[in-house]
Amino acid sequence: MKIIVSVKQVPARDSSLRELETSDFSFEMNEPDAYALEEALQLRDKLGGEVVVVSAGPASAGQIIREALAKGADRAIHVETAEGERMSDALSTATLLAQAIKPEAPDFVLTGLQSDDLGYGQTGVVLAELLGFAHATIIMEVEPLDGKVRVKRELEDGWFQHVTLPLPAVLTIQSGIKKLRYATLMGIKKAKTKEVRVIPAAAASEAKVERVYAPERSKKSQIFTGDARTAAKELVEKLKFEARVI
Amino acid sequence: MSVLVVLEKRGGLEALAAAYRLSADVEAVVIGSAEATAPVKTYVLNHPLLAQYTPDGYTAALEQLIRAVNPEAVVFPHTYQVRDYAPKLATRFGQPFISDVTDIQDKVHFVRQLFQGKLNADVSCAGRPLFVSVQAGAFRAAESSGSGTASVFEVRLDAAQIRSQPEAPFRESQRSVDLGAAEIIVSVGRGIKDKENIAVVEELAQVLNAELAASRPICDNGWLTMERQVGSSGQTVSPKMYLAVGISGAIQHLVGMKGSKTVVAINKDENAPIFESADYGIVGDLFEVVPALIEEIKKVRG
Repeated sequence: MKIIVSVKQVPARDSSLRELETSDFSFEMNEPDAYALEEALQLRDKLGGEVVVVSAGPASAGQIIREALAKGADRAIHVETAEGERMSDALSTATLLAQAIKPEAPDFVLTGLQSDDLGYGQTGVVLAELLGFAHATIIMEVEPLDGKVRVKRELEDGWFQHVTLPLPAVLTIQSGIKKLRYATLMGIKKAKTKEVRVIPAAAASEAKVERVYAPERSKKSQIFTGDARTAAKELVEKLKFEARVI
Repeated sequence: MSVLVVLEKRGGLEALAAAYRLSADVEAVVIGSAEATAPVKTYVLNHPLLAQYTPDGYTAALEQLIRAVNPEAVVFPHTYQVRDYAPKLATRFGQPFISDVTDIQDKVHFVRQLFQGKLNADVSCAGRPLFVSVQAGAFRAAESSGSGTASVFEVRLDAAQIRSQPEAPFRESQRSVDLGAAEIIVSVGRGIKDKENIAVVEELAQVLNAELAASRPICDNGWLTMERQVGSSGQTVSPKMYLAVGISGAIQHLVGMKGSKTVVAINKDENAPIFESADYGIVGDLFEVVPALIEEIKKVRG
């Protein structure tokens, strides 16, 4: 089995608004992609074969590629874009990824269901269309069959569904479905000798981000910021006499 | 500009409202059944192969209609089903899909949330047709009354085009917690940090005579059962009071509790998106605020 897992480098999840506005944040692997990587590693451990990590992003994305290799991925392809192209739309990103993935002729392509930064939630689906593969989204369980795969999809409102797809297939993985492994010291050491092929590329985004700004409060909220005791007292006062909910 | 709205059981009339923000020239399409009705000309796509949703079937059917009708924009509600096929459909037209839009300004700027709702972005796209989906609750649903006309559009589909074989949808287990009926809900998120700390919010729920709920990560960790999850993948609730403790307010959570009458948020990050939806909020450490709140509530509740 050849399993491609597509990962993205994003600003750390707990970055504050100020850090995001001033670009003074640290980066990490997109959390849903970390679950896709985990699923890919477990599939390989069960079926044999290799896990190839693919990431489109600037040079600094090498950080999460090494992390994936340290966790056990076998090799990597880094589609290296310019630092200023982080805002490109899912179609242009998936186009770059598809060019790198196509020659690999994989059985599976796994990725997270969405990114924590732009949140388009569509790179996997667009990839499937560009590669001509079947796909399924928001996957909770993966059950490989002979030449096929049966997956459990999450639907809305507590509903689920099983779907069987022919291989090759693209699956977008839901967060939280398995426990994530940590990289071992041995893994980190080994990662240094693993192949990372760098392909320079330029994203051609059709959707343009014109402006990024802090959202205005849509509701008139009353916020209490004092010490816990005073704030709690003021809040309870409001809830009792103004909102009349307690 | 001519706009085609894709109707689904959920959110179709909100997508219609968004479409009217682009143009008065709006038509709609419904797939599989004529269940969703809109007060505009509505194409009905019926075919035995569309009886069950598949991304291949829906993409092929809508591609045929769009090529025939040639709209300048296609607007969808942002449901899980739309997320599953609309990016594929847009790719067929070589177009990006501007997903999960919360507002439209000057007919050309589509407002999207970035970084889990911490920032907004205005996105524009020159190519046509535009493919746009709108976030649940972002647009006030259009009136469903008025005269619409249904027009059957013949789709050509071949069984060999449909690669996935879906089985019947199911629910994991019978729900024993009905959050929908709760008057007050105390909901807990990542900020609680550890399973042992759940007891803190349990006590708060108890003094308020409230149901305990949670955001997704808490249920993923098994700290509370899945049936207590609020959000797009969990339950949708509309209590008199929703008290969010240590919940940052990701879009997926907000859509599940937007209908609450009074929203109270406790979070240490003053810029957490949950405060956007809150009527009252306390910025502070929940481990100090919640015990203080329990004390105060006990006082007024005697």
